[in-house]
Amino acid sequence: MLTRLTKNLTYISRIFSQNFGIILLSLLLSNMYQLSAQNEQDEAFDQNIVSSGESLFKGNCTVCHAINEVVIGPALRDVHERQSEEWIYAFIKNSQKVIKSGDEYAVDLYNQYNQTLMTSFDFSDEELNSILTYIKSESAKEVQVAVVDNIVEGGEVSSSISSDNFYLSLGLNIFLLLLLIFILFRFTNLSKKYVILKDNQNKGKLLDDDDKEIVDSGFKINEFIKSNKVVGIASFVFIAVFVKSCIDGLYTIGIQQNYQPTQPIAFSHKIHAGQYEIDCNYCHTGVNISKSANIPAVNICMNCHGVINTDKPEIQKILTAYEENRPIEWVRVHNLPDLAYFNHSQHVAVGGIECNTCHGPIEEMDVVYQYSELTMGWCINCHRESEINSKGNDYYDKLVELHKSSSKEPLKVEDIGGLECSKCHY
Amino acid sequence: MSEGKKTYWKGIEQLKNDPTFIKNSQNEFPEFLPIQGSSDNSRRDFLKMMGFGLAAVSAAACEAPVKYAIPYVDKPVDVDASLPNYYASTFSMGSDCCSVLVKTREGRPIKLDGNKYSKVSLGSTSSQVESSVLTLYDKQRLKYPILNNKESNWRAVDNFVKDELTKKGSKKIYVVSHSINSPSTLDVIDRFSKKFDIIHVEYDTSSYSGMLDANEDSFGIRKIPYYDFSKAKTVVSFGYDFLGSSFNHTLFNKQFTSQRVVSRDKREMSRLYTFESNLSLTGANSDHRIPIKTSHSKIYIAELWNILNSKIGTSRDYINYNKSRKDFINLEILNKAADDLIKNIGSSIVISGSNDKNVQSIVIMINELLRNYGNTIDLNKCYNTRKGDDSKMVEFISDLEKKSVHGVIFLNSNPVYDHYLSSKIRDALDDVPLKISTSDRIDETSVLCNVIAPDSHFLESWNDYEPMDNHYSFSQPTIRRIFDTRQSQDTFLKWIDSKENYFSLLKNNWRKKQKLLKSNEPFQIFWDSLLHDGVAEIVDKNLKNRNPLPNSYKNRISEVNNILTLIDRESNLENFELNLYHNMTVSDGIQSNNPWLQEMPDPISKVCWDNYISINPKDASKLNVKTDVGTMTTNLLSLQHNNESYEIPVIVQPGQAEGTIGLALGYGRKLVGPVGDGVGFDANQLLDSESSFQNFTVGNIKLENTLKDYRIAQTQTHDTIMGRESVIQETSLDEYKKDAYAGKYQFKVATSEGYKKPEEVTLWNGHEYKNHHWVMSIDLNACTGCGSCVIACQVENNIPVVGKEEVLNRREMSWLRIDRYYSSDGDVDDLQALEIAAENPDVTFQPMMCQHCNNAPCETVCPVAATTHSSEGLNQMTYNRCIGTRYCANNCPYKVRRFNWFKYHDNEQFDKNIAMNNDLGKMVLNPDVTVRSRGVMEKCSFCVQKIQQGKLLAKTEKRRLKDGDVKTACQTACSTDAIIFGDVNDNNSRVRKHLQVEKIDKATLKLKEERAYAVLDEIRVSPNVWYLRKIRNKKIA
Repeated sequence: MLTRLTKNLTYISRIFSQNFGIILLSLLLSNMYQLSAQNEQDEAFDQNIVSSGESLFKGNCTVCHAINEVVIGPALRDVHERQSEEWIYAFIKNSQKVIKSGDEYAVDLYNQYNQTLMTSFDFSDEELNSILTYIKSESAKEVQVAVVDNIVEGGEVSSSISSDNFYLSLGLNIFLLLLLIFILFRFTNLSKKYVILKDNQNKGKLLDDDDKEIVDSGFKINEFIKSNKVVGIASFVFIAVFVKSCIDGLYTIGIQQNYQPTQPIAFSHKIHAGQYEIDCNYCHTGVNISKSANIPAVNICMNCHGVINTDKPEIQKILTAYEENRPIEWVRVHNLPDLAYFNHSQHVAVGGIECNTCHGPIEEMDVVYQYSELTMGWCINCHRESEINSKGNDYYDKLVELHKSSSKEPLKVEDIGGLECSKCHY
Repeated sequence: MSEGKKTYWKGIEQLKNDPTFIKNSQNEFPEFLPIQGSSDNSRRDFLKMMGFGLAAVSAAACEAPVKYAIPYVDKPVDVDASLPNYYASTFSMGSDCCSVLVKTREGRPIKLDGNKYSKVSLGSTSSQVESSVLTLYDKQRLKYPILNNKESNWRAVDNFVKDELTKKGSKKIYVVSHSINSPSTLDVIDRFSKKFDIIHVEYDTSSYSGMLDANEDSFGIRKIPYYDFSKAKTVVSFGYDFLGSSFNHTLFNKQFTSQRVVSRDKREMSRLYTFESNLSLTGANSDHRIPIKTSHSKIYIAELWNILNSKIGTSRDYINYNKSRKDFINLEILNKAADDLIKNIGSSIVISGSNDKNVQSIVIMINELLRNYGNTIDLNKCYNTRKGDDSKMVEFISDLEKKSVHGVIFLNSNPVYDHYLSSKIRDALDDVPLKISTSDRIDETSVLCNVIAPDSHFLESWNDYEPMDNHYSFSQPTIRRIFDTRQSQDTFLKWIDSKENYFSLLKNNWRKKQKLLKSNEPFQIFWDSLLHDGVAEIVDKNLKNRNPLPNSYKNRISEVNNILTLIDRESNLENFELNLYHNMTVSDGIQSNNPWLQEMPDPISKVCWDNYISINPKDASKLNVKTDVGTMTTNLLSLQHNNESYEIPVIVQPGQAEGTIGLALGYGRKLVGPVGDGVGFDANQLLDSESSFQNFTVGNIKLENTLKDYRIAQTQTHDTIMGRESVIQETSLDEYKKDAYAGKYQFKVATSEGYKKPEEVTLWNGHEYKNHHWVMSIDLNACTGCGSCVIACQVENNIPVVGKEEVLNRREMSWLRIDRYYSSDGDVDDLQALEIAAENPDVTFQPMMCQHCNNAPCETVCPVAATTHSSEGLNQMTYNRCIGTRYCANNCPYKVRRFNWFKYHDNEQFDKNIAMNNDLGKMVLNPDVTVRSRGVMEKCSFCVQKIQQGKLLAKTEKRRLKDGDVKTACQTACSTDAIIFGDVNDNNSRVRKHLQVEKIDKATLKLKEERAYAVLDEIRVSPNVWYLRKIRNKKIA
């Protein structure tokens, strides 16, 4: 009976150690599962109007205005409560006229903001309405807005905590697991010793030959290590890992993923693209029309920084560059080899791909790093998977028709020669 | 025998079945590894290099080099990185000008295309125009003004010159320039001469003085009228190379070929007779070419006048010259020509290249008799690009010799090199106190000057031009001045203390001109439209109609008498007659430092990097000339003239008239730059300096064979294609009228089921091109072989220049070559008959580039799939995949693949490749095309970068691609529309209509156009380049 027990215990411990990896994996998965997404709040505004207002706002106003912050002009939160809609519309259309008319509020505003004139915008009433609706909807998020600020500041902390938790619980689990194995081993050994002792007391009559074999088959570590099997497996694993890491190492030559050079000016995309939500197009003017997206010229910086934060040392660098007519030598982050031809407008204007798809969460980067691999495999993979943005583009009409007649799959880039050499190499 | 059964041969050596030729014809590459020129690498060296390479790679991998992205400080509104901008401007060098469209990238010009709005050039370019963009980035250009052989600044130069000009006294001051057709520049010179009383003398490197003077005598205007070859059904040219080295050959080519293109509905074409001694492009494209001594051409012209006068004339003015002279000429062919001329009264042109006024006067009389004035020759539209007056230059030189000249300003001219009186000018210049040159470099003339005020390149300048009456063309800067140069017009204005600069003067002149139009448009809009279009046609209605002017009778008797004495003076048959000419590559030598032009093979002889004596095969064998094509070796001949002797290499040239030799001018420059210095022989010194006019024909030349060997670089006998009848097909117009398929080579494959057409027997599955199917058609009837496509391809695709040594090693890199085939009516086995025909062969040109075969043999042999097929019918070449096995080149039946034997960029050994070896030269490179490295194969890509660009444009505009969105560089440059490129899947495309595509089955085209054929059709590689059979219009009876 006792032998059964020891036998079973030994088996359990073996099975357990064999399946250690699987258990570890399931633990890991359960940990990851704990990271859950946040919920979004619905708003009581017509989403169509809000979104059209949002795009107008971001396209025209963000240069000088933000909802919650004073930029060049005042913060616009609750602007509809400060003045009537008619006044706001008139001011947007021609602020100079309103100021000249002697409107007290307008004159005060003008003086308060360094006598900077607001550009006149020729919006229709409908467009103005949508912008105002957008501002209203943003203003309504008041409580959340405050939180957003905190999140922006504490974003890193909260995410690091969650990841710390993950590793902590993982470590704890592994520790518990090892402890369990150790206890099992001890328990097996103890029970073996106990069985042997009993057997000796009974002069070897308690155990039959089979049982003895099991009891004697103690775990002899030296023999185990020196056995051919173990040496063979170990050397195989070693060579395999070595070769794999060599190959991996060679493959990384020329790949600059996560390359994050220090720039001459500590420009933050997190502030500009993230916090102030300035449209990428505003600075990267070439992205829809040409091969290169364009690093903005200093005069684009000066559009805002002619008045904003001119006293900060980093901004001073821009001002000096502008005054001395000396270009800023930004360090290039994304370096495609010369032999590969990549065209931004093909992908952004024609293909309708978002900037983030390749450049990653730019709006969260203080210092930009290379998010994607930018290898040929990476390009090709995307060309295999991506569907053609053929809607409303006459160029593709015939191709889509031909494709439909022969396939049920949607038309993908590879179907129209997107994997061919001279699409990118010539 | 029928025309289609001709035997073609690429040169004398093939005709003679020269053993080295046969040996080399088998090999694509003349030698095997290790290649000559590379260091003697042993296996040990290889291992060392390998070890070092590995270490270097791993070291390099540790840290990637930091690259910078440097934006503008203040970005110009209309310049976007990587987007090209186009500006209308005007090419101007020497006496020539051509309206162009300048392609700029990030503010630097990289390519010139023709301006389609221009009625003077009709949107085409020449090799000179195409390559001038590299001259802009020539490091040899002066970077600052020079005063008394020292670096100086503009203020010092201005003060010095102004001071010197006032010391003039009773002496004269000359301005010597090429013909200037810019109204505003002439205005500036006028103001300058008003202040300092200067004399302005114009000359042309190839003088038209005789023709101009004859026109002045006959019509009272010293100009060249507008010749319209598109209206001429018969053209007779006496030594005038209007398709080649003439002053507006791009237009002449276009006009001429418009009469040559035939189709099912238009089975008529013009006929061209050429009487000449050197085999020129015009001769090569003529239906009847009669090799004559140039000195005999006046007898031909006189006799033609007599024949015509006897048949249709009314006057009694016959030219009764010494009857023994008549033996020199071939009356039979002249009668044929006369018959044709009479048949086409009012629609013919007779033209002569003679610079003798009397000869030109007879030509005018002939054209008048044929009623060509008012029909094919228009005196209301005259050219202003050739105005040079030889007699004024003679006067200038005599003034120099009399020491009555205080100062001379060489306005962008270099007469010490390129004038026929150069030696006299050089000697007399010593005594002139003030010598100024505005040359852009230290050249043969400016080196003798005390002031060099370097002019800016035309792409850095403002200007206007009037190449033809009432037809204006404009120049605007497309790049900021690269060096501290100043436009010479501004320099002149500075010297007369004008407050105006040239730009404002130019604008003011056009403000005045606008008033002629009586338009109410604001000036700025008018001016902007001028600059946008680059050209304008403004007719001054006050000018009287000049045409017709039948008042030249008064001169006739004297003309006849003069030509009589001319003919009688002709003597000396013993020695050779030398005919100098400007070729299609370096031309008059202004752009000698341009390696693209130096490496461009001559259209006829296929020689590059040299000039040479061309000699008739019979004369060559008399002189015992030994040429060896295997090593490209020839003899140096000793040319003796005026007690001097010169050693010049010789080329045996079929078609060269017996007893004459040819030699190109524009070579042998001493001070142009490292590329052009010392290339070839300076033939200007052979010109007759005692003559009162420039005469390119020099008599009494003695030749002796030095028996010395000389290696001359020729691209001619490489890349040999055997089995000619499937390569070149041609027929005569008469045959074509009877049967449009005449001359077609019908190849049948023997199968078990009988004979079949090649396309019916194929192992290939065929392709399906769903989107586009790119096809090119080349009309051999329209191609005149001028070669501007060759340079255009070189500029567009960053093709390296390899230098003479490498051409000798048969490693030239051009993607597009023009094969020139001679033909003769003899049988291959009958050497005797072939030799007779070789005297004056028919010439056919065939542009040859990658044929983009549907069943491409190169693709199947590439071990690394570096050359693959695209879904648009392109044969793609992927450089970064290529490992250089060269299997593809070996398997290419067209021999159009080029291997990068060396690294041609950033390599001191290839310093002549200036477009890739210095920072300035590199500005010309097309950023959309990879610069290939050593060890990879390359070839024509059908300008895939332009295809991609065109497609992207269509996609962003959300429309289907239109025909014309994509044009290859060669197509754009072709002045004769011989090359048509497009998408045959597009029903509206020109190429589809041109080839009359009936149906497309698995990418195989079925064409209704009878003339279309594919080269080497029997091997069934199914090329995507189609050729249209050549048709000659020979007069049978």
